[in-house]
Amino acid sequence: MATLDSKIPAGPLAEKWRKHKVDMKLVNPANKRKYEVIVVGAGLAGASAASSLADLGYKVKNFVFHDSPRRAHSIAAQGGINAAKNYQNDGDSVYRLFYDTLKGGDYRAREANVHRLAEVSVNIIDQCAALGVPFAREYGGLLANRSFGGAQVSRTFYARGQTGQQLLLGAYSSLSRTVGQGLVELHTHSEMLDLVVVDGHAKGIIVRDLITGAITRHSADAVILATGGYGNVFNLATYARGSNTTAIWRAYKRGACFANPCYTQIHPTCIPVSGDYQSKLTLMSESLRNDGRIWVPKKKEDRLKKPSEIPEADRDYYLERIYPSFGNLCPRDVASRAAKRMCDEGRGVGESGLGVYLDFADAINRLGENGVRERYGNLFDIYHEITAESAYKQPMRIYPAVHYTMGGLWVDYNLMSNVPGLFVLGEANFSDHGANRLGASALMQGLADGYFVIPYTIGDYLAGQKPGSRPSTDRAEFKQAEENVSSMNKRFLASKGKEPVSHFHKRLGKIMWEHCGMARTKASLEEALKLIPALREEFHANVKVPGSADTLNQSLEQAGRVADFIELGELLCRDALTREESCGGHFREEHQWPDGECKRDDEKFAHVAAWEFQGDGKTPLRNTEPLNYEFTKMSVRSYK
Amino acid sequence: MVAEKPSKKLFAVKLRVWRQAGPSAPGAFVEYSLNTVNPDMSFLEMLDVLNDDLTMKGEEPVAFAHDCREGICGTCSCTINGKPHGPGQGVATCQVYMRAYRDGDVITIEPFRAKAFPIIKDLVVDRSAFDKIQQAGGYITARAGSAPDANAIPVPKGDADLAMDAAQCIGCGACVAACKNASAMLFVAAKVGHLGVLPQGQAERDRRVLAMVSTMDSLGFGSCTNQYECSAACPKLISHDFIARMNRDYMGASFRQMFKAEAASTGGGAG
Repeated sequence: MATLDSKIPAGPLAEKWRKHKVDMKLVNPANKRKYEVIVVGAGLAGASAASSLADLGYKVKNFVFHDSPRRAHSIAAQGGINAAKNYQNDGDSVYRLFYDTLKGGDYRAREANVHRLAEVSVNIIDQCAALGVPFAREYGGLLANRSFGGAQVSRTFYARGQTGQQLLLGAYSSLSRTVGQGLVELHTHSEMLDLVVVDGHAKGIIVRDLITGAITRHSADAVILATGGYGNVFNLATYARGSNTTAIWRAYKRGACFANPCYTQIHPTCIPVSGDYQSKLTLMSESLRNDGRIWVPKKKEDRLKKPSEIPEADRDYYLERIYPSFGNLCPRDVASRAAKRMCDEGRGVGESGLGVYLDFADAINRLGENGVRERYGNLFDIYHEITAESAYKQPMRIYPAVHYTMGGLWVDYNLMSNVPGLFVLGEANFSDHGANRLGASALMQGLADGYFVIPYTIGDYLAGQKPGSRPSTDRAEFKQAEENVSSMNKRFLASKGKEPVSHFHKRLGKIMWEHCGMARTKASLEEALKLIPALREEFHANVKVPGSADTLNQSLEQAGRVADFIELGELLCRDALTREESCGGHFREEHQWPDGECKRDDEKFAHVAAWEFQGDGKTPLRNTEPLNYEFTKMSVRSYK
Repeated sequence: MVAEKPSKKLFAVKLRVWRQAGPSAPGAFVEYSLNTVNPDMSFLEMLDVLNDDLTMKGEEPVAFAHDCREGICGTCSCTINGKPHGPGQGVATCQVYMRAYRDGDVITIEPFRAKAFPIIKDLVVDRSAFDKIQQAGGYITARAGSAPDANAIPVPKGDADLAMDAAQCIGCGACVAACKNASAMLFVAAKVGHLGVLPQGQAERDRRVLAMVSTMDSLGFGSCTNQYECSAACPKLISHDFIARMNRDYMGASFRQMFKAEAASTGGGAG
């Protein structure tokens, strides 16, 4: 059984991080260059960590499967990044950002982690502005803010509808600088396929060069995974097609605990599915909910009418009706489930019936078409490209889609997993969002972890490792891990099956969405736990992977990733089945209040569930870490 | 409760796809017929369908670069009927939808072509030259922890907006593929422009433009002859005005560097 010591420092909430920084051990500057750190991934968390550690003097190797670190999917985040700057003088503070994030996560995150996140949020904005991120500005030259899903203050910083892109390019510019200076060794087209654990510590990785197929061993004094979330387990999601769970999944199979896999976020404002061939879903930033009003027809029979033919009196602005104080700005999970309820009632719009309107007519009256264009022009353009409809002329159709995963590898307060030397940052870890993430918080967490947490906490670990003690890659552990990777690839290529990998991914996605999506039941999850192992067997018996292992082979890459998604899907459903309550993004139909809201069970489930691998085909072990709320009172989340 | 979606009328296209097994292997166009094209499909989803068909027939699928499929990561890189990123304006390949085509259309698909972007396989090219240019100077040096308060340096809104116009570059390389000289001027000018407009970027302004331009030149990109095919092909429609701005910056920086060198070699002049 894994030991899960959260290592939360003692003392008052607001003092914990400050005190911890003083208490942690340091590595002296002359010794730093003797340590090698592997960073896998170059999104916000990975790129900021790699460049920051390099600037401190550590030798850094950065591995990305993309052709360039600038492609990481952080690039696609649209809306913004939160920070408790209180530049708007509207009552914001570190405490309020902490409290909103904790409450938004439905009291399933650690108080201490979330408070630290809120504390360093202010430094992130300073850092990004210094790097030249072109944040939106007021005419006086000072930074502009807007309010964002789930917040009653304006604390979100943004760069048009491309905030993630600009923050990532900022982090990428620092990474590029450190690569150019020879401080970071960059490996592109390099996919991590196994973690190497030596004497209980993470000391290296096995990597496949996606162009040449060469498999190489890399040893280090510590390994950082910043490889993003696993939402593509649903196949259709707002993730990039390449986003995958392989790095964290294979680390899980080497002993790292996987925490709260069932906490998945369904984003309320995405463009609805149009057909079977569909490869991804596109998000429409929820910043649109600041000015757009969400509605469905009151009467089922109006469902297929043109929206302009439905008079005001026959429209149901259901979020404003049900949640008068938060209205269209209520949190994502709440808005998503409400949309599902409307469609389940038969009032969904569009040909499929799986859509609701997001209407800008009022905003256009108030701000003029140009005013709306200035705020959301690029989003309206994206919508037009995909649907051939103009949202200036008619309401958008939107529907929820999988967007983010709050679960991930378990980490302690230092962002270290239960495998010493293995650190996990950004979306890949489970730490700060509890059961639901608020808008504009993912970018904040990724950069907090990379710029302002790991540079301190990794030293505390490395100080206990003798300089120059990292193991040779000739050791048996490396050899065994490399063989593990090669034999997996050989098996795929030798499979005499008939079906392309994509078919299995689609089938897995369907099982996950139908049985473990926005609403889950004991029966649906038990069904999924029968279907997924069967799919897994069929996959290995009947998958067709053409080509060879010693060249660029995208089918082979996908085969490994989908194999991992199938296994993760099973764990996700198992976690959802065991968590007999509803909280945030995890909604069990058996556990709801009469008005359809989440009913938590704090007595039984105020804990983190951290799953421990027990071997292929064996039921994993469910460890728990209790969540203690010392400084806040766990309340029922209400946005009414 | 949910109505079945009436199926759209499917149509057929003929694809001529560049197939090349590896960097040094010979390449050629191979024709494929696809009869189940839905107008709401994206162009890349159409290629997915082709690839699944090929796989089931036991043939190797077409390698193509893609990731976010929403026009922001800059990974996709097809030249479609001679135009980088295809028929749309201000979009990447992944944002092209099959409703742009009609039944019976012949669609020629090839990789972005440029000396500095060698072909890896089929439609996938190596654009690491872009990263090298960034590594040479496409940044503001600011170590984590050293930044002043973000509002300590006001940036006039017009400047911030201009910087953002340039900063939108997704690094896809369409500008290079569209240029008859395979010049990377728009790409480099976008980064030089973005950082050069901002007060934070002034300290390294000369160094940046000189280093990025000389690295660009050394990597096999051609020269700019001011025909602006680059801006026309750019998925973010980045203006060629940034090229003019960079030329000005480059000239100024070159002069300043020359005088500095002269001053140094004469022991700092008359003093």
